[in-house]
Amino acid sequence: MKIAVCISQVPDTATRIKIGADHKSIDPSGVTFIINPYDEFAIEEALKIKEKIGGDSLVYVISVGDDSVKETLRKALAMGADEAILLKASNQKDSFGIAKALSEEIKNLGCELVFTGKQSVDFDSGITGQLIAEMLDYNCVSVVVEFKLDGNKIIAEREIEGGREIVETELPAVITAQKGLNEPRYASLKGIMAAKKKIILEKPAIDFNGFTEILNLHLPPSKQPGRILGTDKSAVPELVRLLREEAKVI
Amino acid sequence: MAEKILAVLEQREGSLKKVSFEAASVAVNIANQLGLSAEALVVGSEINNLSELSKFGISKLTHLRHEQLNNYSPTAYSDVIASYANENGAKVLIFPNTAMGVDLAPRVAVKLNSGIMMDCMKLEVKDNDIVATRPVYAGKALIDLKLKSEIKIFTIRPNVFKPQTVNSTSVDIEVRTVENPNLKTRVTAFKKSEGKLDVAEADIIVSGGRGMKGPENFHLIEELAEVLGAAVGASRAVVDAGWRQHREQVGQTGKTVSPSLYIACGISGAIQHLAGMSSSKYIVAINKDKDAPIFNVADYGIAGDVFEILPALTDEIKKLKS
Ligand SMILES: Cc1cc2nc3c(=O)[nH]c(=O)nc-3n(C[C@H](O)[C@H](O)[C@H](O)COP(=O)(O)OP(=O)(O)OC[C@H]3O[C@@H](n4cnc5c(N)ncnc54)[C@H](O)[C@@H]3O)c2cc1C
Ligand SMILES: Nc1ncnc2c1ncn2[C@@H]1O[C@H](COP(=O)(O)O)[C@@H](O)[C@H]1O
Repeated sequence: MKIAVCISQVPDTATRIKIGADHKSIDPSGVTFIINPYDEFAIEEALKIKEKIGGDSLVYVISVGDDSVKETLRKALAMGADEAILLKASNQKDSFGIAKALSEEIKNLGCELVFTGKQSVDFDSGITGQLIAEMLDYNCVSVVVEFKLDGNKIIAEREIEGGREIVETELPAVITAQKGLNEPRYASLKGIMAAKKKIILEKPAIDFNGFTEILNLHLPPSKQPGRILGTDKSAVPELVRLLREEAKVI
Repeated sequence: MAEKILAVLEQREGSLKKVSFEAASVAVNIANQLGLSAEALVVGSEINNLSELSKFGISKLTHLRHEQLNNYSPTAYSDVIASYANENGAKVLIFPNTAMGVDLAPRVAVKLNSGIMMDCMKLEVKDNDIVATRPVYAGKALIDLKLKSEIKIFTIRPNVFKPQTVNSTSVDIEVRTVENPNLKTRVTAFKKSEGKLDVAEADIIVSGGRGMKGPENFHLIEELAEVLGAAVGASRAVVDAGWRQHREQVGQTGKTVSPSLYIACGISGAIQHLAGMSSSKYIVAINKDKDAPIFNVADYGIAGDVFEILPALTDEIKKLKS
């Protein structure tokens, strides 16, 4: 079986965001980019499935982005993915456009099972997997914390408010990975060496303008530093009074 | 046919969720400004509280009904919602940004070839168009944008848009039976987690961090949460240590929340944690280190020991409530 994993690269979560001169994107200077944390769970699950079903299964990692994404793709190869594909697009931030490019490639490759992260921690939309599924007419289970594949049949658990839903469906399908699904492996030295030799296939992403028009990227209004009411429990009545009378939240 | 704004409501176990009323109210508000009409749509089986919608100015509700649609099915729900929207001239669709909304809205978007913007915290009408504001980089920045598509979908973050009540009118409820729902993907069961309230839905959150010293001390957090009717949250440090479960984690790799009140106890305020909660309306910090970064975002703070402050705070609130 052919399995695709879609991965994106995001600013390190410790990054302090600076607004770029265009007021539409961030200032990338000094920003370290990492693989989107949820995508590591997606890669791990794909590798586990490949190991389980064996045969001539292949895991493809695919990303839409610019040259800088190659490093992240290489990391996925080092973890054990078989092939990497970079769909080149310089400033593609529109989820619809990204999903169109990815689904086109997934269709060409003939992948029946697709993993994505549940959300990329830059734009935080959490929708790319569902968009791909709908574009390809695949089934989809999002925010998955447990995944079982038996022949064609899928039983997955997804996290929702206050519990988990058990979802049943079948291949072909897109699964979006949530933390808890597995423990992503570290790349072995052998994996890292092998990844260095692999070729990352590059092709242009299909052209799609997308539907979003960014007007303005800005920082949240900075908060006035608050009041420290005291250092021991004698401050508690005043705190409760303020919450009640000033904030009116209790 | 008049153009419409459609609020797509969410029901769980036969009741509309609170965020459904928020979505309805947003739809009414935008419709008034754009001169369109606002309607609501819900998919499910038996639903008990539909008439409450009248309080929010919705005059028409369509209930797409089938016994097997009590539970969520992405395939069936997206099919029936997209065909309804198509047949009824929906120009704007508002979904709650819940687990269901995030799963469902993008699928409907592809079917309608519409642009989609998730997790909006503000929707404003300017020059006869909708400008959405949403957090990016887990709330470290905000972005204002417009959708250029003919049909537009927005999902709204729970707890942010307070529903506005209007003089009660009656809702005209039309029930349509769904024929042969497409159940290719379906929810077959729900496992409730033992915690009472989910951080993503709570109006008040009491969170504990490494300053709580151990899992055995979280009863202090739980007791305060109990008297406030609040959900329990956690920092990643205590989730990684196995003291609390990941579903309670607040922050960039947990949940981003915007409650009315967030009480951080023994949490330092690392950038990834702040990202997830700094859009809360009011923030209280209890931390014995007066220089902890959490105090930079807190409205009120006590620079003291959680083991002394928490029981006193719980008692004081109990007094107030009795
Ligand atoms: C990729 C990545 C993603 C991350 N995502 C998240 C995330 O989603 N959410 C998140 O929370 N973190 C996240 N983190 C971790 C984050 O960087 C911090 O390590 C974490 O938030 C710290 O948790 P803490 O505040 O509980 O612990 P600490 O930083 O150890 O703080 C403990 C605090 O308790 C105070 N304290 C100690 N004893 C007492 C006492 N008796 N009374 C009062 N106060 C006391 C101390 O003064 C201190 O300020 C992430 C990190 C990375 C690298
Ligand atoms: N540019 C991209 N290239 C490849 N995969 C992506 C890209 N953007 C998002 N994804 C995938 O879609 C998931 C959800 O992203 P998002 O919808 O942007 O929150 C991510 O975890 C990735 O697996």
